Amino acid sequence: MQMKNFKEDFPLLRENPVVYLDSAVTAQRPESVINSEMEFYQKYNANPLRGLYDLGFKATECYEQSRETVRKFINAKSEREIIFTRNATESLNLVAYSYGINFLKKGDEILVTIMEHHSNQLPWRAVAEKTGAAVKYIECNHDGTITEEHLKQAFSERTKLVAVTHISNVLGCKTPIKRITELAKECGAVVVLDASQSVPHIPVDVQSLDVDFLAFSGHKLMAPFGIGVLYGKESLLEKMPPFLTGGEMIDSVTRDKVVYSDLPHKFEAGTVNAAGAWGLKTAIEYIQNVGYDTIGSIEEELTKIAFDGLKQIPRINIQGSSNPKEHCGIISFTIDGVHPHDVSSILDADGIAVRAGHHCAQPLMEFLGIPSTTRASIYFYNTKDDIDAFLNSVSSVRRRMGYGE
Amino acid sequence: MENNRSFYNEILTDHNLHPMHKHPLDTATASLEGVNPSCGDDIVLNLNIKDGVITDGSFTGDGCAISQASADIMLDLIIGKTVEEAEHLKDIFLKMIQGKATDEEIEELEEGGALSDISHMPARVKCAVLGWHTFENILKE
Repeated sequence: MQMKNFKEDFPLLRENPVVYLDSAVTAQRPESVINSEMEFYQKYNANPLRGLYDLGFKATECYEQSRETVRKFINAKSEREIIFTRNATESLNLVAYSYGINFLKKGDEILVTIMEHHSNQLPWRAVAEKTGAAVKYIECNHDGTITEEHLKQAFSERTKLVAVTHISNVLGCKTPIKRITELAKECGAVVVLDASQSVPHIPVDVQSLDVDFLAFSGHKLMAPFGIGVLYGKESLLEKMPPFLTGGEMIDSVTRDKVVYSDLPHKFEAGTVNAAGAWGLKTAIEYIQNVGYDTIGSIEEELTKIAFDGLKQIPRINIQGSSNPKEHCGIISFTIDGVHPHDVSSILDADGIAVRAGHHCAQPLMEFLGIPSTTRASIYFYNTKDDIDAFLNSVSSVRRRMGYGE
Repeated sequence: MENNRSFYNEILTDHNLHPMHKHPLDTATASLEGVNPSCGDDIVLNLNIKDGVITDGSFTGDGCAISQASADIMLDLIIGKTVEEAEHLKDIFLKMIQGKATDEEIEELEEGGALSDISHMPARVKCAVLGWHTFENILKE
């Protein structure tokens, strides 16, 4: 397959020889995104939704255009359902504190999968503590598969909220979200989908998924840091109280009465990250230009090369499915006798950036019976040369750690 | 392309793969756990201190090569020393990791000098100092 070298679009990758295999933590930013954030400050900068002058209107227009781009991108029905936040963590906390604490009660059950990122676990534990609801886990197989059996064990008539990731940030596998949504409907539970790892890799349509809430961070999608999205069904958002209160989220405030703004502004207290939103709009346009088909096929090809290469190296254990197609570019692995942090330091010495640790998913690590892993995460701007360099370095690790092989 | 600047030198890998002092210590007069949450390094340091002298010591636990080797090298250095002498070495080691120790001082650390390159590796500093910090905390107690 002839691949375009997408690195050309990324100033950092153009100018720095780093082999960047850590896109699951944060993606690199294309030139167009960097330029558009700058463009906002150079051409449109004013505080959106406030200034009653031309520039203020322009800033507002940019911000609201970005919202409309996000709406179309995830196919939400209305822009009232798109709330800008700082990141997925804030989006999930918004749902926990505004929906969870106010609408769950003692005796209710919250389901989370064992593979959730801490950001989709800890807010629900806080809800449980405050409301008396209980957090229960949806288990999975060692390769990350959630079976019908696992679901049946977890769901009950007490289930009132299900918080689930779309793609595991450790194993790269997809969760059976359609089935989860069906089961949730049967018991009247709302579904909160963490799409942080999926939005950069696969098309996401909130109407066809039929989830109640969906959260993602812009920075994994090549947008600037500090902008994230919460989608929520309008009927739910309408009845939820504000998460944060303050400026630009009210219609009127008197000594004894507050009338909150309409959606989505009710949930966007304080000055917003308009330049970040403008950059997110450009990132979405960029990803749509590249196309999810192209992204998927490059990732699949490179993941397969990496898999085949790793299988040739003795004493490597790949976590998750044995099928590279089920990894969405994420390869977590361990090397016998070498701590993952030492693996990543050796790779770093060779100019290769990977993540090592528990990946903010300690309960999953405990379940897998390993304290931590090294994780290489591939994105469409990676090349076969990147994977070759990675494999070369990995194959040298045990020798360099003194194992004499 | 392999980078020879990699600090996994023979001294370090040898102490990691064959630690002399990694075993329980029945005669310990003081034991303390030291944890580095970011790496998951988790060691227990055991010391036998009599009349101001560290007569014996050991560690148990798990962690990355740097934390394990550093703890083993530390025990090599401090066993048989007075508490004051050992504290002096600890101060030098911590200075070295901050890139502030002189060559003469680093020489006092003997094999501990093999970890001097960690000063260029901010992500791994906590691993290198885990044993020494645990030692520091034992003395405080």
